[in-house]
Amino acid sequence: MQIKTKYLGDLSIHEDRVIQFPDGLPGFPNHKQFILLELPGNPVFNILQSIQEKDLAFIVTSPYHFYSSYAFDLSQSIIDRLQIETESDVDVLSIVTIAEPFSKSTINLKAPLIFNIRKKYGKQYILNDVDYPIKAPMTSSQKVKGE
Amino acid sequence: MLVLSRKKNESILIGSDIEVKILAIEGDQIKLGVAAPSDIEIYRKELYEDILKENNQAATISIDVLELLQKSNENKQTDSLED
Repeated sequence: MQIKTKYLGDLSIHEDRVIQFPDGLPGFPNHKQFILLELPGNPVFNILQSIQEKDLAFIVTSPYHFYSSYAFDLSQSIIDRLQIETESDVDVLSIVTIAEPFSKSTINLKAPLIFNIRKKYGKQYILNDVDYPIKAPMTSSQKVKGE
Repeated sequence: MLVLSRKKNESILIGSDIEVKILAIEGDQIKLGVAAPSDIEIYRKELYEDILKENNQAATISIDVLELLQKSNENKQTDSLED
């Protein structure tokens, strides 16, 4: 299928790469289909692009790349909602709020994106009970060792 | 907005399967217990609004993100060469 993207122009993608967000995202409840795209020139980040709307795209990244001890439990509710069966079904990404200069950019650890990569479902999961910041810094000193 | 008076340990029902109960009243703070089906999401309102605001901000960056991220990656590679 052909889609229009915010950063990469028109793309032809395979339909089985489309991820269903049954609840949309807070602020974007009607956007229920997204695709993860590679970001040219920087393997650390990906683009979460809305299928329906060209201009809706988030820069996302693995929170563990910046915060290796990041951890939380999934509620039964989200396990059911995403039809998660085993741990290997799950992937976690965080939305990045890009700023200029880049060192002022932040990563949202309070509401990670949870994916069932096998069934291609996704949902933004708000951590009610874990005290992580919505705007966590991404400065290089916090990167995982050995990078 | 519907206004109902409740005492400690009293509840209201929203529909037939959502119960909101007053568990404790301590000064200007009350403790609520909510029993609802697992597909009903329950958040403190200000937290949900903060997430919504952050999503909006993350989605509406007007700067040239691709160029910025490519540049940041190049800087990082330069850094690691110097290490």
